[in-house]
Amino acid sequence: MNAMALIRLFLFPGLLFAIPAGWFFVWGEHKAVARMQRRIGPPLLQPFYDFVKLLGKRTPSRHGIEADLLRLYPVLSVLSLIAALALLPVFPTGGFSGDGILFVALLEMPSICFILAGFTSGSIYGQIGSIREAVLSVASNLVFLLAIVTIAVTESTFRMTDFAGPSLNPGHWIGVLGILLCIPAKLRLNPFSTSNAEQEIYSGPLTEYAGAALGMWELAHGLEWVALTGFVATLILPVGGPWWLHAVLFVAVSFLQVLLLSGISAATARFTLQRSIQFYWRWAVVLAVLAMSSAIYMRFRL
Amino acid sequence: MNIFSRLMHRARVKSPRLFHLNTGSCNGCDIELVTCLSPRYDVEQLGIHLEGSPRHADILCITGPVTRNTLEAVKATYAQVCEPKAVVALGSCPASCNVFAGSPVIEGPLAKHIPVDVYVPGCPPHPDAIINGIARAAQILADRGVPEKAKGEPQQ
Repeated sequence: MNAMALIRLFLFPGLLFAIPAGWFFVWGEHKAVARMQRRIGPPLLQPFYDFVKLLGKRTPSRHGIEADLLRLYPVLSVLSLIAALALLPVFPTGGFSGDGILFVALLEMPSICFILAGFTSGSIYGQIGSIREAVLSVASNLVFLLAIVTIAVTESTFRMTDFAGPSLNPGHWIGVLGILLCIPAKLRLNPFSTSNAEQEIYSGPLTEYAGAALGMWELAHGLEWVALTGFVATLILPVGGPWWLHAVLFVAVSFLQVLLLSGISAATARFTLQRSIQFYWRWAVVLAVLAMSSAIYMRFRL
Repeated sequence: MNIFSRLMHRARVKSPRLFHLNTGSCNGCDIELVTCLSPRYDVEQLGIHLEGSPRHADILCITGPVTRNTLEAVKATYAQVCEPKAVVALGSCPASCNVFAGSPVIEGPLAKHIPVDVYVPGCPPHPDAIINGIARAAQILADRGVPEKAKGEPQQ
């Protein structure tokens, strides 16, 4: 392990950057939705206060294996997201062959933990939420993986540093579009928010959570924002230039996506589960399959 | 109080999450509570948020005169809210049973069953009064979370 890998894990874009950035992005989402509804919205430090307050709650004690599992899932989500962030090629150096596959697997961990948390909690609302999240994850991941494979085929590699930066190849841009289409489902935003639909199933899989464990889930949600928008930012930002300018542009482009996704979330109502699946499996998958097959065709033609 | 207690106190004041429980209310107070979330009153700027699960909440907002059917739900929900917590009784019904007083199916007033911290009287109360009541409850629950010895009071 070299110094650069440690910096990526602990400083930027890992731990030290990602946690405040996650809180900032969650605030940006709430503020943007509030402004679009002509409200003032929460103060800047609101996600931080929420996290601190949850750390100070006295939670009921649980015993047995499910108590340990319920404590493990949010921690596992946070750790895998920090590891995923460390793989992001913000400064395209380092990395290793095939780290794109590891990145996708690490990004999937919070979703799997979220589903397992709902089933482990034994709450009926948690189980309904978990079923919805599982179905939605299968629906959106097909498009997400096809989009990433499209990019990988156009670049002929699964190495993240080679994905980074804009490309002349249209396959790259179709892949970016495919990833952007999947982000609302992965972040459980409107219109794909059936799994934590608070008017129908209370808080979905997190209904039984309280205190510090719930705080870790909220932290994991913020980190998911940073990882997914950061991934798209590395795909479209040009490589090179001074490192500080690159870092500022990375944050700016990520935050622009937060505003865009919040706008979509504020402007749409919640789809039913069936409509969400139809969106991904009937429309988005056609785009994704066309993109991937054309990318493969282009590669063998040249 | 040391710096961590002060930060925790501030966070508790700044981040009150509500759970709303209707115990047989006529819906008047419920509508006024939901009005507080609307653009005109916008309680999100105070960090107030309506939660789906009582486990996530700090403040229990109760409307209605506590009917016989809802009594167990009131006790169960109160037990599910994690400490430190506060209870706000919205409207005249939980305070005095209002026009339902004397009915054989009414188990109220609310204070007979769980401790109430703030009463917001009115039939229904004005949204400004509800916001004031919730803000006071947030202050009460933050003060309640501070351990006794940190307040500088003599120990038993």
